[in-house]
Amino acid sequence: MSGTNARARESPARPPWEEKPSIAFALGKGAVLGLVVLAVLVPIWSVLVTSLSSRETINAAGGMVVVPKGIDVSAYVTIFSGGQVARAVWVSVVVTASGTLFSLFLTVLAAYGLSRPGSLAHRPLLFYFLLTFLIYPGLVPSYLVVTGLGLKDSLWALIVPTAFSVFNLVVIRSFFMSIPKELIDSAHIDGATEWQVLALIVLPLSKAVVAVVGLFYAVGYWNAYFNAVLYIDDNDKWPIQRVLQSYILAGQSPHFSGGAVHVPGVTAYPPTLAIKMAVMVVTVIPALLVYPFVQRHFTKGMIVGAVKG
Amino acid sequence: MNTRRSLRMRLRGDWPLLLMVAPAALIVLIFHYVPTLGNVIAFQDYNPFEGNNAVDAFIHSDWVGFDNFETLFRDRAFWDAVRNTLSITLFQLVFFFPLPIALAILLNDVSSPKLRSFIQGVVYLPHFFSWVLVITFFVQMLGGAGLLAQVMRQHGLHEWNVMTNPHAFVVLVTSEAVWKDVGWGTIVFLAALAAIDPTLYEAAAVDGAGRGRRLWHITLPGLRPVIVLLLILRMGDALSVGFEQYILQREAVGRQAAEVLDTFVYYQAIVPQQWGLGAAAGLFKALVGLVLILTANKMAHGLGEQGVYAKA
Repeated sequence: MSGTNARARESPARPPWEEKPSIAFALGKGAVLGLVVLAVLVPIWSVLVTSLSSRETINAAGGMVVVPKGIDVSAYVTIFSGGQVARAVWVSVVVTASGTLFSLFLTVLAAYGLSRPGSLAHRPLLFYFLLTFLIYPGLVPSYLVVTGLGLKDSLWALIVPTAFSVFNLVVIRSFFMSIPKELIDSAHIDGATEWQVLALIVLPLSKAVVAVVGLFYAVGYWNAYFNAVLYIDDNDKWPIQRVLQSYILAGQSPHFSGGAVHVPGVTAYPPTLAIKMAVMVVTVIPALLVYPFVQRHFTKGMIVGAVKG
Repeated sequence: MNTRRSLRMRLRGDWPLLLMVAPAALIVLIFHYVPTLGNVIAFQDYNPFEGNNAVDAFIHSDWVGFDNFETLFRDRAFWDAVRNTLSITLFQLVFFFPLPIALAILLNDVSSPKLRSFIQGVVYLPHFFSWVLVITFFVQMLGGAGLLAQVMRQHGLHEWNVMTNPHAFVVLVTSEAVWKDVGWGTIVFLAALAAIDPTLYEAAAVDGAGRGRRLWHITLPGLRPVIVLLLILRMGDALSVGFEQYILQREAVGRQAAEVLDTFVYYQAIVPQQWGLGAAAGLFKALVGLVLILTANKMAHGLGEQGVYAKA
C-alpha cells in the first residue's frame, strides 16, 4: 500500500510537457502557502515565547512577546507547584490514558467480530452500527441518560459516553478485512481460537492503523471540554480544557467580569500573561509530542478510511 | 455462503465473534439508541423528580401531545437561533468550503516532496487543538489585549477588538474554523487529486491546453465526486455548526449573534431543566437534518453522482 501511495504523491520535478510557470504565478503560490504556514506558526510561537518570558520582557513588549529575550520558567513552576492547573493536567492525563485504552479495547474487538462477512448476524449487526450515522439522539436525552446512570461528577462521564466511535470501527474493520484470509484460515486449521488469531496474527499486522485510531481517541479525550461543562460541577475534577476556559473567562473582556471564575492555587497573584500562556502550552504539548510520530501513518490511514469507508 | 448450516452450528462456530462485538454494541445501545428512544419525552411534561429514577419519572410524567412543539415554535428566540445557524452555515458554505479545495490544488502543485510534507505537517496541526485552545489563540492574537491590538496601539492606530463585535461574529467564527480545519480538509482532496490519471494532463497539454484549462477540464471534474459527497454531508448538517465554538464565545459577543440551535437547547432546556422543550428542539433538528440529507442525496443521484449511499 505504501508503494503505490508514495509513487502517486511524489510528483517528479516538472514533466517535460509542462510549461514553465510564469514568475507571477510562482510568486503568488509561494506567497499564499507562506502566509498559510505563518498563520499557523506565529500564534504558536508567540504563545510559547510569552510563556517563557519574564515580567520585564512582557511589559516592554506591551503584552504578547514575539522576539524572545532570555528564558524564564517561573510561570511553569507556579503552575506545577500545585493548585488547580496541576490537578487538571493529572485529571486529563488519567482520563486520556484510561479512555484511550478502553476505546481501543471496544473498537478492536468489535472490528474483528465484524470482519468476517457471512458470520452469524453479521449484516444486522453492521446495520445496527452504521445506522448511528443517520440518527443522532440529541443533547437532552443523552444528558438524561448519563445523569440517570449516576455519572454526574464522576470522571466516567468523561469516558464512557464517548468511548466508542463507529467511524473508527469502520477504519479498523476495513483494515482487518484487507488481511489475507489464508493467514487466518490456516491458523484456524492449526487449532487457534478466534482470540488467539486476533492477538497473535491480526493485531501484530495492524499496529499502524491501531496507533492512528488510538491517536484520534486520545486527542478526543484530551480536547473534550463540553462534557465537563455538562457533567462535572466539582472543579477539583475539572479536566485541563475546562480550566483553560476559565482562564479565558477570568482574563478576557469586560463582558466576562460578571462571571469571572477564579482558579484556586494561583489566585493569590492575579494570573499574569505568562501563566496564562503556560497553561496554553501545557494544553498544546501532548498534541505536539505525538504528532510527528504518527503524522505519516495517519494521513495514510485516513486515506484508506476515506476511500474504503 | 454458510447459510445452509444450522443456526446451532453457526452459533457454535461464531459465538466468540458475537462476544467480541457485544461490549461495543452495549455502549451504542446505552448511549445512542436509548437516548434516541428517549426523545419521546418531547411529547411529555417530563419531570425527573417523579418516582425514584429516570425510567420511573418517564412512566409517571404527563403526556402533553404537541404542547412542547407549540411553545417552541412560538418562541422568537428559537427562530433567532435557527436563523443564526442557517446564516452561519450558508456563509461557511461560500467562504470556507472552497478553501481546502484551493489549498489542496496549490499543495499538489508544490514539486518538492520535502517542502510539501513540511507544509502539510504545519497546516494539519491546528486540527488537533481543542476549540478552547483555538479560541484562546484568537483572543491572544486578535482580542483587545492581543498581539494585533498591541501592534496597532504602538503605531498609533485605533485598536479594534474583533472578538467582542457581534456584527463581525460570522466572519470571526468562520476564520476560526478555517484556521483549525482548512489544512485537515485538504487530505481528502489530495487523495482525489492523486487518483487523477497524469496522462490526462499530458494529453491536454500536448493538445495546447494551458494551466487554466487543465484545471477546469481535468482537475475539477476529477474532484467532483468528492465535492458532491462533502456538500451532501454538509447539507445534512446544516442545523449543526459545531457546539463548543459557540458556547465559548456566546458571552463575549452576546446572545443575539451567537445563539445557534445547539446553544439554544443548552441554555433554554438543560440549564433551566425544561426537558420536554429541549427534546422537542432536538427532535426538530434531527428530523430536518434527516430530510435534508435524503434530499441532497437524491439531488446528487439526479446529477449522476453516487452520493452517500448508492441508489436503491
